[in-house]
Amino acid sequence: MSRTGYKKGLNRRTKTLFLTLFLSVLVLLVYASGILIPGEAAGTNIQYAGQPPSWAHPFGTDNLGRDLLMRTLKGLSVSVTVGITASCVSAVIAILTGIATAAGLRGVDGVIGWIIDLMMGIPHTVLILLISFSLGRGLKGLLVGIAATHWTSLARLIRGEVLQLRSAHYIAASRRLGKSGGWILTHHLLPHLAPQFIVGLILMFPHAILHEASISFLGYGLSPEQPAIGIILAESMRYLSSGMWWMAVFPGLLLVLFVLLLDRLGENLRAALDPYSTQE
Amino acid sequence: MERSERDSIHKIRRILGWLVVKILRALSLLFAVSVISFALVSASPVDPVQRYIMGAGPVSQEQQSLIEAYWGVDRPPAERYFNWLSALLHGDLGVSLLYRRPVAEIIAERFGNSLALMLCAWVFSGMAGYALGCVMGMNRDRWPDQCIRRICYLLGSVPAFWLGLILLMVFAVMLGWFPVGFSAPVGILDSEVTLWQRLHHLMLPALTLGLVSLSNIALHTRQRMIDVMNSAYVLFARARGEGSLTLLWRHGLRNTVLPAVTLQFASFAELFGGSVLAENVFSYPGLGSAVSEAGLGSDVPLLLGITLFSTLFVCVGNMIADLLYGIVDPRVREVSR
Amino acid sequence: MEKRCDSPILEISGLSVSFQMYDNTFGRKDLQVISDLHMRVYAGEMLAVVGSSGSGKSLLASAILGILPKNAAVDGVMRYCGQNLTPAPQRRLRGNGIALVPQSVEFLDPLMRVGTQVDGHGKRPVKEGRDRGQSRRKIFQRLGLPRATERCYPFQLSGGMARRVLVSTALIQDAQLIVADEPTPGMGADQAREALRLFRAIADDGKAVILITHDLDLALAFADRIAVFYAGMMVETADASDFQNGQGGINMLRHPYSRALCRALPQNQFEPVAGFQPYAGSLPKGCPFAPRCSYRSQRCEQKTPPVRSLRGGEVRCFCADATL
Repeated sequence: MSRTGYKKGLNRRTKTLFLTLFLSVLVLLVYASGILIPGEAAGTNIQYAGQPPSWAHPFGTDNLGRDLLMRTLKGLSVSVTVGITASCVSAVIAILTGIATAAGLRGVDGVIGWIIDLMMGIPHTVLILLISFSLGRGLKGLLVGIAATHWTSLARLIRGEVLQLRSAHYIAASRRLGKSGGWILTHHLLPHLAPQFIVGLILMFPHAILHEASISFLGYGLSPEQPAIGIILAESMRYLSSGMWWMAVFPGLLLVLFVLLLDRLGENLRAALDPYSTQE
Repeated sequence: MERSERDSIHKIRRILGWLVVKILRALSLLFAVSVISFALVSASPVDPVQRYIMGAGPVSQEQQSLIEAYWGVDRPPAERYFNWLSALLHGDLGVSLLYRRPVAEIIAERFGNSLALMLCAWVFSGMAGYALGCVMGMNRDRWPDQCIRRICYLLGSVPAFWLGLILLMVFAVMLGWFPVGFSAPVGILDSEVTLWQRLHHLMLPALTLGLVSLSNIALHTRQRMIDVMNSAYVLFARARGEGSLTLLWRHGLRNTVLPAVTLQFASFAELFGGSVLAENVFSYPGLGSAVSEAGLGSDVPLLLGITLFSTLFVCVGNMIADLLYGIVDPRVREVSR
Repeated sequence: MEKRCDSPILEISGLSVSFQMYDNTFGRKDLQVISDLHMRVYAGEMLAVVGSSGSGKSLLASAILGILPKNAAVDGVMRYCGQNLTPAPQRRLRGNGIALVPQSVEFLDPLMRVGTQVDGHGKRPVKEGRDRGQSRRKIFQRLGLPRATERCYPFQLSGGMARRVLVSTALIQDAQLIVADEPTPGMGADQAREALRLFRAIADDGKAVILITHDLDLALAFADRIAVFYAGMMVETADASDFQNGQGGINMLRHPYSRALCRALPQNQFEPVAGFQPYAGSLPKGCPFAPRCSYRSQRCEQKTPPVRSLRGGEVRCFCADATL
């Protein structure tokens, strides 16, 4: 049994590498398709309304005759944009809080801990709704909302790491040697934090996409004309009883698959970068 | 005897002191949330007073002046905020624009429904997730682990609303086993709804919410169980002749149940977030569907009220989680001896 | 298990333990950690297995109890009171004939009260007319543990108490063979002596005790016989008196490594052994000690020396006679 476990441990790096390549290509493809697919391809065509999946329309068409595959791809590309932007902003906030902790000014760390508690105290969905409401809904509200809520867990992680590092002997040694705070930051802290940061960023990405879809589904965020997965699924709800099952199944399935792959990539990377996991 | 009495008094005082600190911290968080949410709402392009007046039907002059007084129209924002806060502290959460009823009343009513839903989902995800986590941890890398783990990964990537949608489609629309929505049959007086009818309406949303929260607790328990099974004390227990089942019973459960329960209490935020989606899919009249309606309908008082209330809910969960660790874990509990 | 054994309580012959590892992407690699080990322990005797860390001596305890990790392969014959120790009897004897006394309080469940933990899980036959709590209390009393100890959690125990609690887990199951795995690290000299005195008393009680340790000095003071372990191999088994600076001095010893160990003791020349013990993955072809041995010949580098009896002990060295 553990024989296979060990084998997997060695193979994980290759597996992760392939997964990374595959996913980068996939993300790019999805993103490109959102730009490249002409509006007409996902446009209204009453003639073909409510068609089940076929070769011409693999995902079927919706109540207005729009091709669901094209619409889903366009929707995913919006999700990718929102997801990437929001997670990057979130990750930057997280690393800034980490550095602020590292600076070790009296009280700063306490305040940051309090802010993290605060952000974790409000259910994220509610806070995104509130921010979205405040900014008059639309893409902007969605972006700000997701960016503002997703940094906390990564910040917590980085903060814990920084606090541990700060008391590490080699940092103390550098300080004794007269190195400046900035030098220690760039030579010791950041290199140490970089893998965690990248993994955290990648793991944030599927979450952000899920939240984007959820908030769009609730009717916040993007306007109904825009093809977003959440909106497609919200529309599909109205046609549930009319037997148009493909409207709900395929776009959702594609979303789940996409999120699942990204999540696996993040976790695999985490395991590959974790020195302890190689002992498995 | 005297010493143990003194000890217990000391212990109680320690817990009380700890509790006071925690409550103060929670209050500071609630205060901050009230500031932030009020600021956010004030910054929105929607004017609550205008919205109220334009909302539905004719509004009497008297009502209008009342609502203007509540929101402190034409005052500087800080003053408006303190106005609102003092009303809040007196228990006046304002009047909902959509329902034309006091917000506190709506929250109380809706929270009952939400609580039933969340409690069912919470208990289900906790028990099933913990059991699955134990099975995975005890069978690490064998087929039960591999199967259940993949399912957990999948469940972790499924948005609550889509899972609800699919369950609704399959079990309510296609198979007709469950009602399509709401918390009770339509057209029946509230007092005449039977418990079974309520449960029947509750099942699908609770299952949705429970399944979505399940993977977190299951994977967490799996890791804990693996750590326990790799620990020195389990090796020693094996050296003393304990078999897998005895190990699970004597050491596995003992060392994993508290972290699992703590995690469940600490995940109230996710639970509430999930309930917003589940309630919307199933048109279930709880706080979650109310908050999204409030946002869409620009019902500012209701939105603010639910935001504060949900924060309180999460804070209570976190506090219980902390308290559990402090009281139940003997390493923390008896360290003062 | 109550029957008396006149023959050795534990007899091991030709025991090898290896781990299956995966080397790069190419196939399996067997990592030999214990090779061709022979050993006997009698009732009333305390045998110390002495070796530096990394020599694989702790795995010996796991092998006897049958609790090695799953990727370990065991070869050779082990007999407990004449009974072949295959996995099934091993399972039966764990906690019921053979007992392990682990290193530290880490081996106690942190969330279980000491009393419950010492009692064990109930497979153990209870002596006539005494319930488990009673026999536990008796043992605690014998070991000088206050009665309130049973209500404690492991983290509340002091070092000395923890040691005695761990010993009590072996006593309560009335085992014939007790394997003590490194019971002294991290203890002061007095504490360590106190701990070994406990094991000595157990051996004097008619049980067989295997003491696994890296501390030769301490082992010499209490054990009857010493088995010297080097790189997974038992290089010499000798009476403890052979190590004492008696008439023959250390010249009674048969293996160059044992002599080197003995010379490295503070009260002797305090002279370190040059070189390093090879790791399990990179053992030399012949005698594992050959690269560090001043008596080595070509034969030593090509063939592993067999076990042979010499002057009342056992040794694995080609030049054991010559070195006298």
